[in-house]
Amino acid sequence: MTGLGKRISCAFRSFFSILIDGEISAEILRELGISSAPRSSTTAAAVSPARAAEKPAAESCDRAVQMLALLQRDGRLIDFLSENVTRYPDAQLGAAVRMIHDSCSQVLDRYVKLQPVIASEEDQPVTVPAGFDPACIKLIGNVTGAPPMRGVLRHRGWRIQEVKLPALPEGSGRSVVAPAEVEIS
Amino acid sequence: MDAQYIVGIDLGTTNSALAYSEAAAEEGGPISVHSIPQLVNANEVADRTLLPSFLYIPGSLDFPKDAIVLPWDSEPQFVIGELARKRGAESPARLIASAKSWLSNAAVDRTTAILPWQTPEEIPKISPLQASSQYLQYLRTVWDVGDHNQSALAEQEVLLTVPASFDEEARELTRRAAEHAGLPAVTLLEEPQAAFYAWLETQGERWRERIKVGDLVLVCDVGGGTTDFSLIAVSEHNGELELKRVAVGEHILLGGDNMDLALARVLQQKLEAAGHRIDTWQLHALWHQCRIAKEKLFNDEESQKQPITLLGKGTKLIGGTISTELMRDDLDRILLEGFFPRVASDEAPAKQRRVGFQELGLPYAADPAITKHLARFLSQQVKNSPELEDIRRGPSGLACPTHVLFNGGVMKAAMLRRRVVDVLNGWLSEEGFETLGNNEVLDAPDLEHAVARGAAYYGRARRGRGVRIRSGAARTYYIGIESAMPAVPGLEAPLKALCVVPFGMEEGTEAQIPAREFGLVVGQPAEFRFLSSTVRKQDAIGSLLEDWGDEIEELGPLEVTLKLDGQEGKVLPVRLETRITELGTLEVWCVSRDGAQRWKLELNIREKSERMRA
Repeated sequence: MTGLGKRISCAFRSFFSILIDGEISAEILRELGISSAPRSSTTAAAVSPARAAEKPAAESCDRAVQMLALLQRDGRLIDFLSENVTRYPDAQLGAAVRMIHDSCSQVLDRYVKLQPVIASEEDQPVTVPAGFDPACIKLIGNVTGAPPMRGVLRHRGWRIQEVKLPALPEGSGRSVVAPAEVEIS
Repeated sequence: MDAQYIVGIDLGTTNSALAYSEAAAEEGGPISVHSIPQLVNANEVADRTLLPSFLYIPGSLDFPKDAIVLPWDSEPQFVIGELARKRGAESPARLIASAKSWLSNAAVDRTTAILPWQTPEEIPKISPLQASSQYLQYLRTVWDVGDHNQSALAEQEVLLTVPASFDEEARELTRRAAEHAGLPAVTLLEEPQAAFYAWLETQGERWRERIKVGDLVLVCDVGGGTTDFSLIAVSEHNGELELKRVAVGEHILLGGDNMDLALARVLQQKLEAAGHRIDTWQLHALWHQCRIAKEKLFNDEESQKQPITLLGKGTKLIGGTISTELMRDDLDRILLEGFFPRVASDEAPAKQRRVGFQELGLPYAADPAITKHLARFLSQQVKNSPELEDIRRGPSGLACPTHVLFNGGVMKAAMLRRRVVDVLNGWLSEEGFETLGNNEVLDAPDLEHAVARGAAYYGRARRGRGVRIRSGAARTYYIGIESAMPAVPGLEAPLKALCVVPFGMEEGTEAQIPAREFGLVVGQPAEFRFLSSTVRKQDAIGSLLEDWGDEIEELGPLEVTLKLDGQEGKVLPVRLETRITELGTLEVWCVSRDGAQRWKLELNIREKSERMRA
């Protein structure tokens, strides 16, 4: 506890400080050992979540574009999905799809590690534990009763284990999925 | 400052690698391949174990801003590595490839700025010397920023490999390139020797079962763009393995890239005959696809064909898709018969083209038949070798190796290795020598990093005692000496251990225990106790130990009666000499003071595993 002399001095100074300035000066708070952060921090805190929310939202859009760009650059996925394939015979489509499958799965392997949510064989019985996360496990069919419950695994699910994306490009590069190619002769 | 690491650098024509080992590591210690972070795409730096030897000179139109930033350089002048190769395929005028082949090309001035070769003036140029220096500098930077206890590469012991076919000038230029890269004191090692040491590393102690002094090893190195042949004679110097390179061929610009291109051309003809048009970009994609299909066919010897699909250009992906197949017949016909045909040992490769005017550039080989180049090497070029007497030759003068060592990416294919061995065996039988079996074909498993690993292994071996021709004792051996102490009831006289075989003592050598005599019990059965240690490797011969905890373990005792007429139960003063025979038997000779009598104790110390194998 601060000494008596100091307390008297601070009390008088605070009286005038509040009367004249409408606030207790930071100096006095420091002397008393009270952090002066709270009030200013609430305003700052209000501003920064807004900015922080803006940044992840912008960044996550850029990352989504980047993921598409990687699948296009190494696997030509966007070209494939944008093309009208209705009139091509299966053999031609099949040959191309094999290549795209090969290259796109390499992209996934390199930049994103996926793993099944439930690592069991499909169409085999599994037990859904108590307290399961509905975002991870979806129940279908006769959904009654309380967990733990027995059911049959119809889909293993996919979960991200690790995301290893390279650095984002600068500026305008962030909205480009694939640059146009111009051959100069 | 004493070097902490021994580093082997393989500056290859297509790929470079770096391997290292701690200088203080023991003989069996690990050799690691250093990972090389490099730009693999714009904005993306990733680790690879190889650094493609490609240099791209970026202009203002090539990459968006900050796309080629490296962790240690935010504005690099050149792009080196995988991204250089990728971008170079799209924009070839700014790419420098095969700088190493230029370094040995005497037809040009290798210190003037001529690369990229014959490209528009606006593209800045550098010399082959500078390009090689850039690769070394890149590797040096990668090492220096890596985590190596603050030891800079310039302070380590660095061995740099060069092809055996490099002449004195090319070697001097390589040394200068290293100097410019900030590595002033490198040792040059020839690649075939490094490949041999890499093979030694994979064999551990078993290499002596397959190679002996006097053998002649043909090193057959076929890489992406080059083929090199050399003959190495295995000899010894002071008991240390010495590899003498007794013959070397030319640096032939012929390799895996030619093979892939040949396959691509044949498939291009097939497709054009079917009515498709193939332009340069699709040919490039076809080349790449052929390489992958070829490797699949090599790895799966049962399959008869591999599909090849060229996706359409632009956004007409499916619409422009062209499919074809690579058949095993194509592979056999083009690769086996085109590049490795069965030929007679006196067939020479076709000479350079007879057209009067030729483009200046790299001297690519005119004849793609690698086996013909091999035949010429073994019959003609060997004749110019100064060490002719060391080369085993047949009646026609053809050099006849006793072993063959494969190196280079192309020789990963078992089918091609078998063909080369077949052709060689044909020639060997004609000359009246034994053919090469599986034991005589030496292949190291990691062909891409072999040369770098071999260089590091050699550097480490020569710091120590070198690679010894004869095996050394794998343990320290002692015999038990009973101390001279007053008898105490219930207490056995303590045993001292006398070191008779120091760790690493070689088979076929002898040693004397200096300046000491011991009492030998003769004329009655006595127990001779032998002990050994795998831990105490520093004990010198003749040291007498009293207290050893559990570092020394006892082997079974030998109960023997040493005879001496007329003397029973006497203790005679003797000196000790030890000898390890070439068969791995330890002989402890006890020599009487007057030298007249000698008694021998024998113990087989060859490791059990070896005995069981025999």
